[in-house]
Amino acid sequence: MMSVAKIAAIGAAAVFAALFVGWWQVDGPGADPAPGKRPMPLSSMDFSLTDQDGQEVGPETLIGHPSLVFFGFTYCPDVCPTTLSDISGWLDELGPEAEDLRTVLITVDPDRDTVETMAEYVSYFHPQIQGWTGLPDQIAAVAEGFRATYEKVEGEDGSYTMNHTAGVFLFDATGRFVSVIDYHEPREFAVPKIRRAMRDGTKGAKS
Amino acid sequence: MFKTFAKAFQSLSVALLMGLPLAASAQQMSEDASIVVEKPWARASLGTSRPGGAYLTVRNEGSESISLIGLRTDISGMASIHETSTNSDGVSSMAPADDIMIPAGGMIALEPGGYHAMLMQLQSPLVEGETFSLTLLFSDGTELEITVPVLGIGARGPEG
Repeated sequence: MMSVAKIAAIGAAAVFAALFVGWWQVDGPGADPAPGKRPMPLSSMDFSLTDQDGQEVGPETLIGHPSLVFFGFTYCPDVCPTTLSDISGWLDELGPEAEDLRTVLITVDPDRDTVETMAEYVSYFHPQIQGWTGLPDQIAAVAEGFRATYEKVEGEDGSYTMNHTAGVFLFDATGRFVSVIDYHEPREFAVPKIRRAMRDGTKGAKS
Repeated sequence: MFKTFAKAFQSLSVALLMGLPLAASAQQMSEDASIVVEKPWARASLGTSRPGGAYLTVRNEGSESISLIGLRTDISGMASIHETSTNSDGVSSMAPADDIMIPAGGMIALEPGGYHAMLMQLQSPLVEGETFSLTLLFSDGTELEITVPVLGIGARGPEG
């Protein structure tokens, strides 16, 4: 008969081993050599948002397609419209190739960005770009999954702006994180990265 | 004081001699041609509740450095130059910029992802195809009024 101490020791060792394996694969040497904290696979995320048409969406909306996701807000005068314009340009360049790609702007400013606001905003850019919003706790959940951060900054005149992660996240069709396109990255790098995500997706789907 | 007046008068004479400058030419300059503004453009806005953004480049053709210290325009209740920056974690933030020094013979660009004219409290929407006037304020007292064309929301640069 095992002593209580022995059972406790085995249990602790098991927990430690599980944690170690998790660390190794996610943050440790087993992780892809991507800079900073990498988003979780879409299949491990849990969030529920609303798209520009009022439909409920979540990670399952993206899985099955290569996807391109970024965070922003419609009161953003510089980075967000520039990123949306860049993405529109990449999609134009990819042409019919990009039709399978899911492209989504997720707002970090749910107080001001309603479904109607998102619908109007994304309508000015490439028709494939969707705009998702949701309750503040759901926005927090999705940002957590992507390891994205955002913060409200009060302005002088009672207005506010948002600091936020500005990179564009790329996932393959299986929902695995592939790469991030940093803000300011030249188009010569962006389009091949998107192609890679689309290619990885095909491979992933077959395996 | 008299010097400033004389300079202004001289500049005015030059301007009259040259004929009034074209409203929306590609290049717009101060009366003594020491400050040249090129490629101004703004993005169309969604109504008036969101801040608008405008971009341009300023060349200092004069013999002394000069600073761009502010903006004024009737279209905005609060216009200022802001700067976007992105930290090593990829988080972008935006803050009012300090005065921007332009060395003699140098230039600065207000362009997406860097400096931009932040037009808060829009008095009327920025409508694609229209123009508005924007006055740039410089450290030597020069006030240069330029005409800014409004391009589409999805514009990426002065060419659209």
